[in-house]
Amino acid sequence: MTSEENQPSSRTLELTDDFVPGESNFIKVDDFKFYYGEKRVLHGITLEIPSRKVTAFIGPSGCGKSTLLRNFNRMNELIPGIRHEGDITIHGTSIFDPSVEIIALRRRIGMVFQKSNPFPMSIYENIVYPLRITGERNKALFDETVERCLRSAALWDEVKDRLHDSALGLSGGQMQRLCIARAVASRPEILLMDEPCSALDPIATAKVEELIMELKKDFTIVIVTHNMQQASRVSDLTAFFYLGNLIEMGDTRSIFTNPAKKQTEEYITGRFG
Amino acid sequence: MTLSAEESVADEGRHPIPVLPDAPVRREYRRRFDLLRAVSWLASASVVVLLVFILGEILTKAFPAVHRFGLGFVTGIQWSPNRDVFGVLPVILGTVESSLLALALALPLGLAIALFLSENFLPDSVRQAIRFVVELLAAIPSVVYGLWGIFVIIPLVQSLGGLLARHLGFIPLFEGPAYGNSLLTASLVLALMVLPTITAISRTALVAVPNSLREGAYALGATRWEAILGVIIPTAAPGIVASTILAFGRAMGETMAVAMLIGNSQRLSWSLLSPSNTLAALLANQFAEAEGIQINALMYAAILLVLLTLVVNMAGEAVLRRTQKATAGLA
Repeated sequence: MTSEENQPSSRTLELTDDFVPGESNFIKVDDFKFYYGEKRVLHGITLEIPSRKVTAFIGPSGCGKSTLLRNFNRMNELIPGIRHEGDITIHGTSIFDPSVEIIALRRRIGMVFQKSNPFPMSIYENIVYPLRITGERNKALFDETVERCLRSAALWDEVKDRLHDSALGLSGGQMQRLCIARAVASRPEILLMDEPCSALDPIATAKVEELIMELKKDFTIVIVTHNMQQASRVSDLTAFFYLGNLIEMGDTRSIFTNPAKKQTEEYITGRFG
Repeated sequence: MTLSAEESVADEGRHPIPVLPDAPVRREYRRRFDLLRAVSWLASASVVVLLVFILGEILTKAFPAVHRFGLGFVTGIQWSPNRDVFGVLPVILGTVESSLLALALALPLGLAIALFLSENFLPDSVRQAIRFVVELLAAIPSVVYGLWGIFVIIPLVQSLGGLLARHLGFIPLFEGPAYGNSLLTASLVLALMVLPTITAISRTALVAVPNSLREGAYALGATRWEAILGVIIPTAAPGIVASTILAFGRAMGETMAVAMLIGNSQRLSWSLLSPSNTLAALLANQFAEAEGIQINALMYAAILLVLLTLVVNMAGEAVLRRTQKATAGLA
C-alpha cells in the first residue's frame, strides 16, 4: 500500500463534508463512451443521478446498463483491454482523475452483486472485512459496526445469536442481505446494486426491496434490474437503456405511465426485451 | 412401473404415460448392466484383496521381530545388525524431521508459485510455460534428483553448513561437523521433489475460487494483496491443506533420492548437518544384504512406515473435512 492510499487527500474522499441531500447532479455522466477492445458498448451516455434517491437502470440484456454501473467504481478495470472516452464525476470530481485512488474510490462506493458473494468466513468477519483492510483493529468499533450494519440490512434479529457461524450457512436471501450489510460497513455514500434480487425468491426479494427503500435515506442508490415491477416499486428515477444508448430517463412514475419514447413503452409493456 | 400399455392407451384424452420398452429389449439392457456391475465389483474387490495380501505378507514377515523386540524396537536408539540389536527411534525421527523440513521449505515457495500461476500477474502464455516447467519437475526420476543432489547440494551444504556450524554451532540444530550427506541435504532435495505436488494442487484450488469473491473484495476497496491474503487464500485453504498433506506423505515415503543423500546413519543427533536416516531409505539400503532376524526387523520398520503415512493421511483427511465444512455451500 502506498502512503497516498492512507491519506484522505484524494478529493473523492471528502464527499461527505459538503454533502447536499437531494443534490440533483450528484453523479454526472458526460458523453461517456466505453469500449471492450475495439467493440464500443456505450455510445455517449449523458445523465445525472441525484443523491439519496434510488435510480433504476433498466433495459434488455446487453444494453450496457451493468457496464455503466460497473464504471462508477471502476470495477471494469479488472478486465484487460477496456478503454473509455468522456467523463464520470461524483460530486464534481472526475473519478478518472489521476489524483483519485481507485482503492479510496471503491471504499466510498458500496457494491452488491447479482450473485451474493459472502466470503467463506463468519458472518461477523464478513462485515468487519472492509474495516480490517483499512488497518482498523478496534474490537469495540467492530462490534458496533456489525450490529449497525446487520440492523440496517434487516438481518440482525435473524443472525444475532450466530454471528460467529460461517456466512455460508445462511439462506440465499440472508446471504444477499449480508452482502448489503458488508457493502455499507465502510459507510459509503453510494450503493451500486447489480441485479441484486435476480437469484432470490419472491419473499427474499420483497425483503431486499424493503431494505432498499430504507437505505435510500442514507445512501445514493443505483440499481440495475431486469424486473420492471421492481424498478417501478423501488426507484425514484428510471433510465432506460437500449443497445448502448440511453433512450430515456426521468421520474419513475412518468416513465412507467407516460413514456416519451416508443421504444421505452414497448419495453416496459413487455413487447420486447 | 405397473401400468401396462393397454391401460395407458385406455386413458385417452390425458397425456399418454410413457411405456417401458418391450420385454426382450429390457432384458438385454439389464444383462449389459449386470455385466458392468460384475466387472466393477470385481475390480473394487481385487483392490481390497491386494491390500490385505500386501499387509498380510509384511505382517507375517515382521512377526518374529515384533515378537522378539516388542515396543523396544520403536523406542530403541541402537541399530546394530551384527549384534542383533534393533531400535528405530532415530530413523523414525529422521523420517518425520526430513519431511517436515522439506515441507517448511516447499510450502511457502509452492504457494507463491501457485498464486503467480492462478492470479493474473503475468500474461497467460508465460503462466502456461511456468506451469509446464513446474510440472516437469515431477517427471524427473528420483534417482536423478539423487545424483543432482550429490553433485550440487552436497558441496553446497558442506560449505554453507561449515559456516553455519562455525558461527551458530552452539545451537544444537547447527552443530558441526558439516558432513555433506545430512538431514538438511535430503530435505532440500525433498523440498524440490514435493514442490510440483504443492504447486499443482494449490493452483487448482486457487483457480477454483469463484471470481465473484475476488470482485467482492476489490469492490470493498481491497488491494490485490489484501484480496489474496484475506479472501482468496482462505477460500482455497482446503485445497492448500490437501496439497500439503499429500506432499508430506510423498516426502515420508520417498526412497531413492533420500537414500543417496541422507548419509544413512542411525545415530541420534539434533543437528541438521549430521547424517541421519529415514525408514524408507533404511529399507532400501539394508534389505539386499539382510539375513535372518534383520529381514524381520526391516519388515517391522516397514509396518511402522505404513502406520506413519496412514496416521498422516487420516489426520490430513480430518483437517480437510473440517475446512471443507467451513466453506461448504460456496459455489
